[in-house]
Amino acid sequence: MRMAKITLSNLAHAYHPNPASEDDYALKQTSHVWEDGKAYALLGPSGCGKTTLLNIISGLITPSQGRVFFDDDDVTSIPTAQRNIAQVFQFPVVYDTMTVRENLAFALRNRGMDKAGISRRVDIIAVMLGLEETLDCKARALSADAKQKISLGRGLVREDVNAILFDEPLTVIDPAMKLELRIQLKSLHNELGHTMIYVTHDQTEALSFADEVVVMDKGRVLQTGTPEALFEAPAHTFVGHFIGSPGMNVLDVTVDGSRAYLDGNLIKLGHHYGTPAGKVQIGIRPEHISLNATNGLPAQILRVEDVGRHKIVRAQAMGQTLNLIASNQTTINTGMASLGFERGKISVFVDGWRFSPSHGQEGAM
Amino acid sequence: MEKTVNQRAWLLVLPVFLLVAFSAVIPLMTVVNYSVQDTFGNNKFFWAGLEWFSELLHSERLWSAFGRQIAFSAIILALEVPLGVFVALNMPKKGIWASVCLVLMALPLLIPWNVVGTIWQIFSRVDIGLLGHTLAAMGIDYNYTRDPLAAWTTLVVMDVWHWTSLIALLSYAGLQSIPQAYYQAAKIDQASRLDVFRFIELPKMQGVLMIAILIRFMDSFMIYTEPFVITGGGPGNSTTFLSIDLVKMALGQFDLGPAAAFSLMYFLVVMLVSWVFYTVMTNMEKADTFHG
Repeated sequence: MRMAKITLSNLAHAYHPNPASEDDYALKQTSHVWEDGKAYALLGPSGCGKTTLLNIISGLITPSQGRVFFDDDDVTSIPTAQRNIAQVFQFPVVYDTMTVRENLAFALRNRGMDKAGISRRVDIIAVMLGLEETLDCKARALSADAKQKISLGRGLVREDVNAILFDEPLTVIDPAMKLELRIQLKSLHNELGHTMIYVTHDQTEALSFADEVVVMDKGRVLQTGTPEALFEAPAHTFVGHFIGSPGMNVLDVTVDGSRAYLDGNLIKLGHHYGTPAGKVQIGIRPEHISLNATNGLPAQILRVEDVGRHKIVRAQAMGQTLNLIASNQTTINTGMASLGFERGKISVFVDGWRFSPSHGQEGAM
Repeated sequence: MEKTVNQRAWLLVLPVFLLVAFSAVIPLMTVVNYSVQDTFGNNKFFWAGLEWFSELLHSERLWSAFGRQIAFSAIILALEVPLGVFVALNMPKKGIWASVCLVLMALPLLIPWNVVGTIWQIFSRVDIGLLGHTLAAMGIDYNYTRDPLAAWTTLVVMDVWHWTSLIALLSYAGLQSIPQAYYQAAKIDQASRLDVFRFIELPKMQGVLMIAILIRFMDSFMIYTEPFVITGGGPGNSTTFLSIDLVKMALGQFDLGPAAAFSLMYFLVVMLVSWVFYTVMTNMEKADTFHG
């Protein structure tokens, strides 16, 4: 089995021929190494450049600058067909006039695989995706769901690929099937050990599929890390806000040492930060805020939403809104409350980026 | 649910009913009327029953015109469809040249039939026409007023010149609607150019192509103006297609009965072929969505 480490070196891409400013770049300068055999998710809102990045890896787009390496081979100018990549697109791409079987076999046949090998692979994939019964139907006769499964199957059928790229492959699949296919993809990854890169704007999909998640926004990679790292220590306020439901609360404050002030109200921090300059913010997840703390931040409770597992409370403190999560059992009335922040869980951001505490100093009591 | 009966609704349908009656039903019925009668002038008519129909069905003149008509439609379809698809495949997909191509392709479609006939009539003349004169100067014996082959060639080339753009434009629209992902997937699957055409482009163009073929078939099957202008149906009867023959019969010989019977059969054939096309097309669409 052939696989490869994929290295992106100083990559950038603009769709305009003559990019003038940084804003013209759909993908801003990025370097990244995709380790062989890992499952990655590329997570970000629509238009953040994740599909561009994916198409650069598969060779459908030639980057404006930078190089792409598979292991040590520079493949930047090598066409897609020779890169030995499998890619699954957002909308079903099937060959209408072929049967499901012919669709799955097509890429194998073009690569000169023998008949026995083809039918073995096709059968394995068909069973895995639940396509056995429709194998001899014409692809055009099937529903959108089934067509997308054929697309997935065409991506998975080749054993010797360098990587399998998924571009929001479950968009058209219905929710119950989505979960099942995601579990299948994950187990398939464990089984075959292909490098997989999965583009999505759905954090649940990303976090449950990937060993490592790459979060992008506005053409820039903001953070790469395990789902846990993204949750606990977001590198950028965008990551904090994008991951989690609801996302991290970000409040404009001033920081002095281990104290933050929100309009004169003291919030104690877990670490010492000195006196950072610039736009200073603290981030706290809704899970780490408690109601009715002694000497807490005075806040007005605006709204309580019961989402079943827990309650989401929307509050306002000093003109800034924040969310917090409370247990299902507590009864909460709108009105004034006092919010307590779990001090060890507070992150500090300067100009959007995570700000590390000064070393060797624990926060003063 | 109970339906209320309101007979006044008939009044609302009346204008359309009258319009259709005067524009289609009554003229058609006049033709039906002529087709079952005979006349020797003086506006006196005699009942002839289905005599004209049976006479025409055994007439060699009609069958040979029908044969020429089928041959003409078959030849121009066999040339225009592949050529139109080929042109569409090679047209630029976007940018200024795409617009330039579209305008150029649309030009022949805007020229009136009899002007097209006149252009080619003059273009092909041996004495003053650019084409005819050049061919003659090259020593090729080309004269569409004498040689049936030359007459047919002129008409076929003219029709290809006039109508290939229609097929090309419709195919082009079909091609433009194919999402980029299909081509990308084909690249990843290492599909050859021929595979892309066979498995992606042709199936996606199928719908518009069927419509294009239907339109071109009907139009070419009813062709009148251009052969009338260029050859007048000659030399001999070699380019006397159905419409030309019909006009000769109805206006030249003033055989109203046979001409009316001829018209009705002509009409039925065109309708029958269109119906077959339509049924095939809708069945294909049904097959597409049956399991969906």
